[in-house]
Amino acid sequence: MTQIRPASSEQPWAAPEEEPIVRIDKVTKTFGSTYAVDEISLNIHRGEFFSLLGASGCGKTTLLRMLGGFETPTSGRIYIDGQDVTDVPPYLRPINMMFQSYALFPHMNVAQNIAFGLKQERMPSALIRERVAEVMALVQIEKLATRKPHQLSGGQRQRVALARALAKQPKILLLDEPLGALDKKLREHTQFELVNIQERLGITFIIVTHDQEEAMTMSSRIALMHDGRIEQVDAPRRMYEFPATRYAASFIGSVNLFNGHVVSHENDMVLIHSEEAGSDLLVHHSQPLNPGMEVTVAIRPEKIAVRDHHGDDPNSIHGIIQEIAYLGDVSIYHVELPSGKRVQFTQSNVLALAEQPLTWGQEVALNWNAYSCGVLTQ
Amino acid sequence: MLKRYPLLFALLFLGYAFLYLPIFSLIIYSFNESRLVTVWGGFSTKWYGELINNGPLLDAAWLSIKIAALNASIAVVLGTLAALTLVRLRGIRGHKSLGVMVTAPLVMPEIIIGLSLLLLFVAMEDLIGWPAGRGQTTILLAHVTFSMAYVTVIVQSRLAHMDTSIEEAALDLGARPVKVFFAITLPMIAPALAAGWLLAFTLSMDDLVIASFVSGPGSTTLPMVVYSSVRLGVSPQINALATIIIAVVSTAVLIAGVTMYRKELKAQRKS
Repeated sequence: MTQIRPASSEQPWAAPEEEPIVRIDKVTKTFGSTYAVDEISLNIHRGEFFSLLGASGCGKTTLLRMLGGFETPTSGRIYIDGQDVTDVPPYLRPINMMFQSYALFPHMNVAQNIAFGLKQERMPSALIRERVAEVMALVQIEKLATRKPHQLSGGQRQRVALARALAKQPKILLLDEPLGALDKKLREHTQFELVNIQERLGITFIIVTHDQEEAMTMSSRIALMHDGRIEQVDAPRRMYEFPATRYAASFIGSVNLFNGHVVSHENDMVLIHSEEAGSDLLVHHSQPLNPGMEVTVAIRPEKIAVRDHHGDDPNSIHGIIQEIAYLGDVSIYHVELPSGKRVQFTQSNVLALAEQPLTWGQEVALNWNAYSCGVLTQ
Repeated sequence: MLKRYPLLFALLFLGYAFLYLPIFSLIIYSFNESRLVTVWGGFSTKWYGELINNGPLLDAAWLSIKIAALNASIAVVLGTLAALTLVRLRGIRGHKSLGVMVTAPLVMPEIIIGLSLLLLFVAMEDLIGWPAGRGQTTILLAHVTFSMAYVTVIVQSRLAHMDTSIEEAALDLGARPVKVFFAITLPMIAPALAAGWLLAFTLSMDDLVIASFVSGPGSTTLPMVVYSSVRLGVSPQINALATIIIAVVSTAVLIAGVTMYRKELKAQRKS
């Protein structure tokens, strides 16, 4: 997984004294008896590229629609730039939204679509023309000004929708699955562009996506949602390396989970006994854990190394290779441990046409570093 | 094509013949010299001449057109409002029963609609003095009552298939709800409104049963005149009148088609 955004030192969420641009305060939304959003509190800061990530039905779109003003929270308040906007209608909010279906006005051409929002502000027409030309240049659709939406390709429509939402220079831009309808190649290209545009304009972007790779690539921070609640809010790298819950660990990337119980906890090192792993596991963990506690150890497939002999030291397991998936850049190996538990690990294919050192049915010894895995208690 | 699918083309031809042969025979017989509708007596335009001098028939035709146009316009407004309520206000109480009640005239026999409206109008005249007597007003009211149901159904299906996020996008861009309706919703459902207007016009234009119940002296619509004259033998004047109506309608359709085609071409050339 690549990350476009440079790991800058600028982390507005780490500065609690600054007023966040969006403050969601214990917001709940129910439809009938189901909780779409269940008492969520969240702060989003100026200039962030914030992702609401989750499987379909987790409430991420409902939360976004409440920010846009299309749904009213059942309880809780929403503040934008310090102002309570919970009951403010969408046409008075300093927010614009790019809809999943793009929602272009079919009876207007591209330029008219983009100018629509500016016309509502009763901006002089010369200024409107100037601004429309500006945003069309920004998303590179100058040549499409007189086309109607039905004469555009999916990628072009996406750009028009983005230009239309940016034209009013909102404080916050909401994007509902902005790349969902594009094919893979175009999606990757557009991810970079979105980040570039966001950095150039400095507008806060809040994006809803179910695609973890998309969220990882573009965001400054991700809120992982599950069943109307937030599982974890973190920067992409921390989200991947230090998942807070079992759900977070398995939703983002692949992970091997071993259930076990705590044997001892000394000097930030936890010793865990796991029947599944068939070995004692040693994990770096600074929060206190009581001996006997049931925990789960999470280890990513790429952190597991192959070694030539099986030892008795912690974090050492062995098993038989059952399946190999060759993906080009890496190969994924599925190993069955003596306990019956299946473990995945990956290896980079460094040399082309090199003789595969590992093959089906072969016994392998594996181990990993105590600092590369994590302990999950939830 | 023709050689490969002879049966298909024969069926197509039969289908067209079934639809248009009666209309062609009607047009041809409007130029018939003979007074008998079924016997060809040579070419003549004399029935058109007589038609121009037939005051009652022309009056009836004019009245029918007036009522039909007015009816269509009112039905489109009311039908659209009903459709909006049915599609957009799903949460309100009585939503389902409103849906059933609005569209009930679609399945109600005309005789029953006509009779019940007549009884209503008589009772209302007794109670509040309006509508005074039966005439154009009562025919119009009766026609609006049932043609509105058709408009509702047409507009409702268009609204139901419309992506609501388009209207939300307009709200999001700063347009107030009223503005959204006129700038976005209305243009998007315009084809349905046009279709509804035309259908309501046609329904009113050829309604005989309901109009017979609720009309009064001095307000005889075209179908009523035609129907009563048929009992005395159809005059070829009726053929002439029908031919004129067909000519007007097909010209209008042709012009609309050509205009739309040209517009489309222009848009394509531009891009």
